[in-house]
Amino acid sequence: MELLQHDILIVGGGGAGLRAAIAIGEENPNLSVGVVSKVYPMRSHTVSAEGGAAAVVKPNDSLDDHCYDTISGADWMADQDAVELFVNEAPREMTQLEHWGCPWSREPDGSVAVRPFGGMKIERTWFAADKTGFHMLHALFQTALKYDNVTRYDEWFATKLLVTDGVCQGVTAIELRTGQVRAVVAKGTILCTGGAGRIFSFTTNAAIKTGDGMSLAYRAGVPLKDMEFVQYHPTGLPGTGILITEASRGEGGILVNKHGQRYLQDYDLGQALDINDPEHPQKRSMELGPRDRLSQAFIQEREKGGTIQGEYGDYVHLDVRHMGEAKINKKIPFVRELCRNYAGIDPVHELIPVRPVVHYVMGGVHTNINGETPMPGLFAAGECACVSINGANRLGSNSLTELLVFGARAARAAVQFGTSCGDIDAEKVMAQATEEQQRIRKQFFQPGNGDETIAGLRGELTTTMEEGAGIYRTGESLQATCNTIRELKERFGNVELADHSLTFNTELTSALELEYMLDVAEALAHSALARKESRGSHQRIDYPERDDGQYLRHSLAYYGDGDPRIDYLDVVITRWPPGERVYGSK
Amino acid sequence: MTDGVTKTKEYIRPMPTNWWLKRKSYFMFMVRELTCLFVCGYAIFLLMLASRLGDLDAFTALLKDPIVIALQVIALPMVVYHTVTWLNLTPKVLVIWRGENRVNPLLIAAAHYLAWFAVSAVILWIVSMYR
Amino acid sequence: MAASEPTPSDKVVVLEVFRYRPEEDEEPFYQTYEVPYFEDWVVLDALNHIKNEIDGTLTFRWSCRMGVCGSCGMMVNGDPMLTCAAFIRDYYPATIRVEPLNYFPVIRDLVINMDDFLDKLTDVQTWLVPKEEKPVSEGEYLQTPVELAKYKQFSMCINCMLCYSACPVYGQHPEFIGPAALALAQRYNLDSRDGGADERAEVMFSHEGIWECTFVGDCSRVCPKNVDPAGAIQQAKVTATKDWYRSVLLPLGKKKGKDA
Repeated sequence: MELLQHDILIVGGGGAGLRAAIAIGEENPNLSVGVVSKVYPMRSHTVSAEGGAAAVVKPNDSLDDHCYDTISGADWMADQDAVELFVNEAPREMTQLEHWGCPWSREPDGSVAVRPFGGMKIERTWFAADKTGFHMLHALFQTALKYDNVTRYDEWFATKLLVTDGVCQGVTAIELRTGQVRAVVAKGTILCTGGAGRIFSFTTNAAIKTGDGMSLAYRAGVPLKDMEFVQYHPTGLPGTGILITEASRGEGGILVNKHGQRYLQDYDLGQALDINDPEHPQKRSMELGPRDRLSQAFIQEREKGGTIQGEYGDYVHLDVRHMGEAKINKKIPFVRELCRNYAGIDPVHELIPVRPVVHYVMGGVHTNINGETPMPGLFAAGECACVSINGANRLGSNSLTELLVFGARAARAAVQFGTSCGDIDAEKVMAQATEEQQRIRKQFFQPGNGDETIAGLRGELTTTMEEGAGIYRTGESLQATCNTIRELKERFGNVELADHSLTFNTELTSALELEYMLDVAEALAHSALARKESRGSHQRIDYPERDDGQYLRHSLAYYGDGDPRIDYLDVVITRWPPGERVYGSK
Repeated sequence: MTDGVTKTKEYIRPMPTNWWLKRKSYFMFMVRELTCLFVCGYAIFLLMLASRLGDLDAFTALLKDPIVIALQVIALPMVVYHTVTWLNLTPKVLVIWRGENRVNPLLIAAAHYLAWFAVSAVILWIVSMYR
Repeated sequence: MAASEPTPSDKVVVLEVFRYRPEEDEEPFYQTYEVPYFEDWVVLDALNHIKNEIDGTLTFRWSCRMGVCGSCGMMVNGDPMLTCAAFIRDYYPATIRVEPLNYFPVIRDLVINMDDFLDKLTDVQTWLVPKEEKPVSEGEYLQTPVELAKYKQFSMCINCMLCYSACPVYGQHPEFIGPAALALAQRYNLDSRDGGADERAEVMFSHEGIWECTFVGDCSRVCPKNVDPAGAIQQAKVTATKDWYRSVLLPLGKKKGKDA
């Protein structure tokens, strides 16, 4: 088996991964970088992000305000040193991306434009119409093409971390085109593999969001932090789950129930201003409240009978008609296109059916503010990592900026580590890789293993996650989900593939992805069961209050033979002592 | 899973020689391209007429020849099609901006049609002056 | 992609799918599948149903299912389409024939080899080459909405390759740089912040570049994002021609690849 060696290895070619590659291309062009991605980089899920990326650049804004919005939005689970650093570096990173060609929407004077976004007191969200993630990803991808020292391994599927004497030295990966298992080694490995929304049945996420890097780290003994915090975006199209960006509300869109009322005013999110009021949409209020509160309001409204019943479940309406055709075409044209194609309505004239949908995982691989995990040689950035700046609930438009800030930081930390660590022991690494190749062959290609199907198990997993670990949870529902996951993991051993081919075997990758999903689900459900309080996006009906005394701490889930072990880590508080989250007031 | 190097055998689908019959847009493209032959052919015809200027009978005989008339009947729509397709494509090439919006492509094409008619009118007027 | 399925009807739609398994087959063949009919299903939903429930060996690319990642391009009844945006109801009850994108080598089933395209992006240098240096600490390059509008359309390309599959020139001359790559090169040429037109010119204005194009125009017809690559190429031809005349008639003037 061939050993492919680089100085730094990046797993995942989305926004964070490409930013990390460019950082090394710019700052350390003498180092060789390998980027292993299971899809071509421009297919990464960063591409679907719509609304925008936040950074303080306007004179009416301040870094402290961005910090406070983020920390309060996170219900005080965010590490404040990390948030301060993030907020400080965001403007430079965003400006750098502009210098690399990102086509930000502009003010008439040529400066970048910003729009209001949920949970933010002052508008600071940079945007590229409503295809911000698309433009950011393509700007990063096209920029990354410049660097000779970056080698891409497109459609290589990582299956395991290579760890020698407790130090991470790369990954084994299947080269999809040939089916060969290869070892790609490096002194520093950065996981940029994204989130895991696909463990839920109703999600905005693409097929590829299966928590791969999270599971790779988890299995290698690295804890997953804050996994219980899952964000439901308030406005997804029923049925498909396709995202309707928060920008629609940032530009003035309103949410109404079946009676046409702006029901959010019943849920402690302020008073509804008239849509013609110059102050509308009011920041940190009503439709611009934080995502967790809006999704929770939907559930409560449904209980009151205020939602509309449809063939894909209950929904409410997002009304943007008052924006007018010209403004819709200018500011949210992609929303219009998506509604026409996938909801059969034209938002210029009709109401958009929406409901809460799983969108983002706040939790992930535990890292510090430099993107370092507890395992030497292993780093992580982006949605797969948890620093944490997002805490118990992420504010919209912070995650795209997070890719840039922490993608670059993790790269620099990896480079620093690489200069001081020892050489890679090729023999030990090869032994691990050979073992992994045999493991895959044995697990999936031996005949007569059993009669479970990937789709069947996956369906059961997503159903139990949605039912037991959704917006509102109870001890019972979570325990049932934990039990189901354990059972599914056992039954997974009976999966037999119909496809034994070596060439581009996507049934094999689906099976491996399901394995990752089960790991992530297990960490999530157990962390949620252990957290006996309600905070941000983790709402326990049996523990409805926030409990700073016991739980102002991050959960850490460690992989084990039976159930994961849950430990805790104090949240870093600097200048913002825990307070009440207040929305709706000026 | 093997340890040996597996070569993948990619399949190349040959492009059929009758590819231009597979889609209407391809066929119309070929027709558009072939109309230039009629333009060329008409130029040759004019040269043939010019070579008979000294002999009025031969000149008239050529004009009255049924085959020549038949070719004229075919050539006219071909040349018109050639012109129309060219004029319709001008907005793709000529982009005029008014602020953040493009001038309506139909207006660009319309302007070219007007220019065509105007130039034709001028030519006809010049010809009529020399009768 | 439908996350849940409402009551299935008795209706069934037939898919005829191109299969090629290099380890087993010398030649490709077509396999027929019957799939339940749902009013809001797209062809991608049908393919996933086949893979999940009927034949796990059927192989194809997909990801976002909302028309922005560009993964799921295939030929549907002879037209290059994003299968996540091709609605079954528009074809039903006719049989739907699904094949890999034209003019690319087939790796397996519906998966094609697109390395050629990625190489061409690097060849034609689709990245920003700043006209003036400006440190990041001094803030963003100013670009008015009017300047942004000039190249915005060409920046919308999702790299789905449908345009290459519609281009008979690319089909016959695979060395042709192709619609998407040239449109992206033009996107940078028109970006007011960019000064790299000269560097792109060598490849862009070469015989394999814009001059290989005979303006069939099908690339723009099939583009799901209305990028209009055909327009980009013809505009580049005008620019290249003007530049050539300028360089010939005004040899002392600086050669520019970008129109003023």
